[in-house]
Amino acid sequence: MERINLGSHHEDAAQFREQIRLESGVDERDCYQCGKCSAGCPVAFAMDYMPREIIRMLQLGLIDEVLSSHTIWLCSDCIACYTRCPRSVQLPQLMDALRIRAREKNLAAEKNIGMFGDLLLGLIKRFGRIFEMGLIITYNLKSRQPFKDVLLGPAILKRRKMGLLPHKIRSVDAVRKMFERVKEMESDTP
Amino acid sequence: MRYAYYPGCSLESTGIEYYLSSLAVARKLGVELWEIPEWNCCGASFAHSSSYLLSLALPARNLVLAEKEGLDVVVSCAACYSRLKNAVYEARKSVEVKEKIGQAIGQEYRAQAEVYSMIEVFTNHLGLEKVAQAVVRPLEGLRVASYYGCLLVRPPELAMDDAENPRSLERITMAIGGAPVEWNFKVECCGAFHSTFRPDVGFQMIDRILEDALREGADCIALACPMCMMNLDMRQKDINKMKKSNSYIPVLYFTELMGLALGLAPKELGVNRHFVNAMPLLKKKVLQQ
Ligand code: SF4
Ligand code: SF4
Repeated sequence: MERINLGSHHEDAAQFREQIRLESGVDERDCYQCGKCSAGCPVAFAMDYMPREIIRMLQLGLIDEVLSSHTIWLCSDCIACYTRCPRSVQLPQLMDALRIRAREKNLAAEKNIGMFGDLLLGLIKRFGRIFEMGLIITYNLKSRQPFKDVLLGPAILKRRKMGLLPHKIRSVDAVRKMFERVKEMESDTP
Repeated sequence: MRYAYYPGCSLESTGIEYYLSSLAVARKLGVELWEIPEWNCCGASFAHSSSYLLSLALPARNLVLAEKEGLDVVVSCAACYSRLKNAVYEARKSVEVKEKIGQAIGQEYRAQAEVYSMIEVFTNHLGLEKVAQAVVRPLEGLRVASYYGCLLVRPPELAMDDAENPRSLERITMAIGGAPVEWNFKVECCGAFHSTFRPDVGFQMIDRILEDALREGADCIALACPMCMMNLDMRQKDINKMKKSNSYIPVLYFTELMGLALGLAPKELGVNRHFVNAMPLLKKKVLQQ
């Protein structure tokens, strides 16, 4: 890690932490750095910072370092950490809030993962249900990845595991309206 | 026994075996499932990265449909189970949240219907004695590693069994005459979408689960989640290629094993549709009886 001047971070960091506490419902001050979360984290082997370190960095005000970490994207939301944490720190919820911020500030280290979530939501809004083959193809197109999973397509179709068209439910209007109402309600209450 | 049934998106596509076998086993055991008409996607793992309210409203619309019918809800998919149960949990915790959900879906949500996993219906409601009595083809000598993954057992507030050492699936295995394997990875995460976006990470997560099951002498893995199934079943070929190895282990939904024990035909249950072919194993150990 680079040499860091902790003093210069304080003002912005305090505000950021306050915001993250509101959005995630997690207070980073609850964590007493025991490391139990990281000992049992199934993705720890691939992370650049341990889950415990992410919290420590927040406590110290190293906001950009947190937001540009791979860790927040590699967390697979398995909830093992929260289940075991002696302080009931909801790390998965914290990771969620940090991912949203990282994308807003254009610091996301793993761009594909966030885009994938958007695509899936778009599909639910349009069809009411998800059509997996469709989403895998769209994913590969937009990320300009060579059709990786689509190579599995014929094998999947052979087992008659996917229909050819998305299942559009008749009450898709109800679902679309739900998306719109949620958006309205959330812009009403800041 | 009558329930509202929520299959979820995966069960109409990649998880078709789970759908077929859930319905067939329920029918055979006299559990009536009323599929929620016009159900919508529960929002899975990504709605809450976008909006807390949306992640509650999407599942709640389905729950309202069940409530109108006066039924509790049964869910096969572990991920959908978690989302639906979470909506009930949050709504019961706060009247304000409950009302907001109602506002978002445009109908009153009362949070009255309970949400159960398919497993609980057999272990807690119907009872395993009844299941055992209905067995005509016990899975004698079949060593089964039960895999729960994440969302059936975590977080504890939503869990259908113990978070660290759940036993429900093992109890089902015993009721149908099989032999549960004790192993170390039954609640370890399969990596979800990492196998697609970061195969270097995802494949390792899958591989250590498969390896442990094999090491403990399992003949097959039984599970209850279509996402875990995709990872543990479909990725075995790639993982073997990556490791230049050749070790495979069949992965089945627990309802497929139940169906076989109840005398149903493998095809009827979708058993023939997996990537790792389970038929040779089943022919050797189960079907010749
Ligand atoms: S287990 Fe909880 S208290 Fe311990 S380091 Fe992790 S988040 Fe902090
Ligand atoms: S939820 Fe994320 S940080 Fe916590 S143990 Fe699982 S992968 Fe690790």
